[in-house]
Amino acid sequence: MNLTIFLLALFDGISYAALVFIVALGLTLIFGVMRILNVAHGSLYAIGAYATVSLTGFFLALGFAPVFAFPLMLVSAVLVGVLLGGPIEWLLLRRIYDKPEVLQLLVTFAVFMILEDVQRLVWGTQPYFQASALQALGNVTIFGVTYTVYQLILLPLVAIALLIGLRFFLRHTVIGKLILATTEDREAAQSIGIDADRVFLFTFVVGAVLAGLGGALASPTTSILPGMGADMIVLSFAVVATAGLGQIGGAAIAALMIGLGRSFAVYVWPEVAVLVPYLIMVLVLLVRPEGLFGSPVARKI
Amino acid sequence: MSEISQHSTPRRAAKSGGMPSLRALLTLLAVLLLAAVPFIAPSMQLLINLALAKGIAVLGVTVLLRAGQVSFGHALFFGISAYAGAFLMASLPGADLILVLVAGVLGAALSGLLVGLFVVRYRGIFFGMLNLAFSMIFWSILEKFYHVTGGADGIRLPRPTVLGMVLERSGFEAVIFYLSIALMVLLGWLTLRWFVSPVGQIFQSLKTNETRLEYLGLSPKRVLLSGYLLSAVLCGVGGSLMAMTQGVVTPEYVWWVRSAEMVFIAVLGGAGSVRGAFIGALIYEIVRVYASAFAGDIWQMLLGGFLLVIILFAPKGIMGIADGLIHRGGKRRATTAEEAR
Repeated sequence: MNLTIFLLALFDGISYAALVFIVALGLTLIFGVMRILNVAHGSLYAIGAYATVSLTGFFLALGFAPVFAFPLMLVSAVLVGVLLGGPIEWLLLRRIYDKPEVLQLLVTFAVFMILEDVQRLVWGTQPYFQASALQALGNVTIFGVTYTVYQLILLPLVAIALLIGLRFFLRHTVIGKLILATTEDREAAQSIGIDADRVFLFTFVVGAVLAGLGGALASPTTSILPGMGADMIVLSFAVVATAGLGQIGGAAIAALMIGLGRSFAVYVWPEVAVLVPYLIMVLVLLVRPEGLFGSPVARKI
Repeated sequence: MSEISQHSTPRRAAKSGGMPSLRALLTLLAVLLLAAVPFIAPSMQLLINLALAKGIAVLGVTVLLRAGQVSFGHALFFGISAYAGAFLMASLPGADLILVLVAGVLGAALSGLLVGLFVVRYRGIFFGMLNLAFSMIFWSILEKFYHVTGGADGIRLPRPTVLGMVLERSGFEAVIFYLSIALMVLLGWLTLRWFVSPVGQIFQSLKTNETRLEYLGLSPKRVLLSGYLLSAVLCGVGGSLMAMTQGVVTPEYVWWVRSAEMVFIAVLGGAGSVRGAFIGALIYEIVRVYASAFAGDIWQMLLGGFLLVIILFAPKGIMGIADGLIHRGGKRRATTAEEAR
């Protein structure tokens, strides 16, 4: 393996890890606060990507500059979070917080099945491709390896900004502290006047926006196909499980491990590249059943 | 799906009293009706056969639901068994049907043991999602190593011989059909017996309180593993029957949609109900065939919608509704009203 290939694999891994991290961040945030694993998260990711492609295509056809694609990504992500995430929490999840874990899983799984078909009804089965955001930023050459600025610099920057921003938000703002208080003890939080329902709704919408944003940012780098949501939910679960459910900082490290592992496998042994994330997850869970950064839960008797 | 009671003793008492219960009578009638399908409605035979194969696999998911666990990846064992049969037929042309079935079930049991040893360390979310991850791994292997597995096209599973005889298509279909019915009755009965056996009872108590089990000096992991093995074997039998009926195996056997379908049918039939698994599978297959003409594009959406409705409004599924009707129809005994199904 020479330097060029090494660098290519490294860059691939970093940009891929950044994308997966953004999606996994939403998943782990929702789980950490609400104790619900949202299987429909993968669909929100896919719909975020589809919405970005459609909106960008529409506005570019009107004659807007390609740079305009960036605000449209944010717009699609917020649309996904508010129009889909909001009703899902408000109409469905709110009814099942006191039900067994398995039922909650089944409910989000049902939503996932519904949204998969919604995508196909709205956008059809043919692949979409819209790379104007990628081209707008041009390329950069490092040690003789040319790579797109979008993937090598923008994506990791967004991921790091989200990681730091979310930590700051949770620890140093009032709303963030309300969320943490509700996570710690829902009943105690309600007894001092925190509206737990609103905290949950807000958290779920933020998580859904992150899923949509992941899809929006991924859209210029890949072709948008049916089934990408199913792949992403399993992959982001692998990241979240490797890190330990609810661990925000850990998810970043797990995403890097899995992203780099996968991209190096692409150059060394392409057939098994898809398997590498799961192999890493299984290996980690064999040694540490609660994930790298998770702590064993005290049991209630 | 929340109250699955230990109902063994009252029912056995009823049986030993010599009074065949209404439920046993209805079950017998239903089996006889199914056995008559090739004579009354030959066009339905293939459809019913596929439904029975699926029903046996759904029974595997149902077993796990009794312990309060849901697996989103049990199509893994369905597919492994089907591929084991196909590979056997490829390397040993003209192998016997029994051999194909045994090879499939062995494959499912072996992989069930390997995956089971890992996943029984988890419950709830992790249990469901890790199963899903394993099925996705196997699916990618099937798709990527196409020189061995035939990729997305899959591999053909030629018609096996039956006890050394080479059968025509119609004869073979009849054999498979009655084999499926026999296996349904046998495995359904065995599973019911297993539920009332000591291991089965301990297995179901995983749902209520696992810590108490440990205080009794029992290992919840080992108990869950035994149930997991049973569920893998059941899925294996279903997969093998399905593969022999269809004559071809594809990665679609392992695809998450297939696992989701199994979970859906199990919940539809009545989570935790043995009869419900088969009734659910029959209704599901029949509706699917007729609905696919005009609802093929939104099939998953309908499934998801129905799943939500069942979970939120009829958590005991079809069997729960049927039991309600039976009880309303007469003998409302205080004891039997308690033990639904």
